[in-house]
Amino acid sequence: MRFVDEYRDADKARALSAAIAGLCEPGRTYTFMEVCGGHTHTIYKHGLEDHLPEPITLVHGPGCPVCVIPMGRVDDAIHIAERPGVIMTSFGDMTRVPGGRGSFLDAAARGADIRMVYSPLDALKIARRNPDRQVVFMAIGFETTTPSTAVTVLRAAAEGLRNFSVMCNHVMIIPAITAILDSPGLRLDGFVGPGHVSTVIGCRPYGFVARDYGKPLVVAGFEPLDILQAIHMLMLQIAEGRSEVENQYARVVPWEGNPRALRAVDEVMEPRPRFEWRGLGLIPRSALRIREKYAAYDAERRFDVPGGRVADPKACQCGEVLKGALKPWECKVFGTACTPETPIGTCMVSSEGACAAYYNFGRFSRRRVRDASREASR
Amino acid sequence: MEIPSDRTDLAKVDVSGVRRAVNIDLLDGQPLRPGDWVLIHVGFALSKIDEDEARAALEFLEGIGQAYEDELAALRDSGPEPGTELGTEG
Repeated sequence: MRFVDEYRDADKARALSAAIAGLCEPGRTYTFMEVCGGHTHTIYKHGLEDHLPEPITLVHGPGCPVCVIPMGRVDDAIHIAERPGVIMTSFGDMTRVPGGRGSFLDAAARGADIRMVYSPLDALKIARRNPDRQVVFMAIGFETTTPSTAVTVLRAAAEGLRNFSVMCNHVMIIPAITAILDSPGLRLDGFVGPGHVSTVIGCRPYGFVARDYGKPLVVAGFEPLDILQAIHMLMLQIAEGRSEVENQYARVVPWEGNPRALRAVDEVMEPRPRFEWRGLGLIPRSALRIREKYAAYDAERRFDVPGGRVADPKACQCGEVLKGALKPWECKVFGTACTPETPIGTCMVSSEGACAAYYNFGRFSRRRVRDASREASR
Repeated sequence: MEIPSDRTDLAKVDVSGVRRAVNIDLLDGQPLRPGDWVLIHVGFALSKIDEDEARAALEFLEGIGQAYEDELAALRDSGPEPGTELGTEG
């Protein structure tokens, strides 16, 4: 497995760490945000923070799809699911996300017909097999997932299916990055850009991050060395006084993205004026809804939804974690009241959530880990 | 990966021994041949990738452990053996 070895090579990792350390200016610190939940997972699985020089800190962004779903939207979905004759479908992770009235699983326990699907096309399959029931797909996810929902709606329309609709919760990464860049008091030196989202949108949309905010952004893959290399590329840009968008993951991400996927999304969906993100609040034009042309497939038009906002539980600090302002272990309920088995907040639900990543890999505090290893080596 | 002759929007894929049909509508301008590797997300092929990259990704996923096992189980449970319903499903 030559390629794997190349991307896991310990010598290369050490060499990269040394090169990164060599680029650190004395007395200066560097904070980079990895936007994507997949990166958070890799970073904690491989303990990459422990391989980075002290001045470099990684903070975790809002790129975990289920983590940013606000409780009000879960309640709206459950409201639909509990209507007579409805079969609600969604991805597995979504079933455990708590709303104000519990999760999908709680609603299922109360009698709602809620089914996990692997693909939106599976929801379509359920609709074909149950012509006397209304089948709703609760769509979540960033640009990686949106084209799949769009193609599914196109297919339902082509077949003239009358018992299938989508509750669209697709969100967009660019407005989220903008909201983070505009949030007061946040100091970031650059971004590790998402890999799979970029297979769809390409690298060009990140241009404003480098141009208008002066922050470098490097699109990165998911191997440990991918991320170390991306950090090295960010450090090189800073050392050379540049701020540009670079593509470390060119072996998978085309610079222009996937035009066909973008066309399918544009055909079926349009930006909402605003959308509530868990922890980040209302962000203008940050999510998509089904266009009028496909209104027959829009669950929010087919069923009345309350559309209320539900405040997050007081104890939960997912919002601060999603903005990178707080490390998961600094949250009051992390690992005690809030665990992957009994999540209070969304960041603990999905394996891509920062809290779940920390919890599952037992990494509670970088400093504590370092102090412990220094102690052990004495 | 195999391509059924009667459908242009589907390909039969093998993910760590689990076989199912995935939609290839989104692979504009990237012709597929049997044996090719694709990046799959929620039942759709998003982009074509080279074999080395595919093997690296697979190895990585297998290294994740339980989360990947759960994903494969979801894939396995998500539909019957591809081919049996290709005429009407997908």
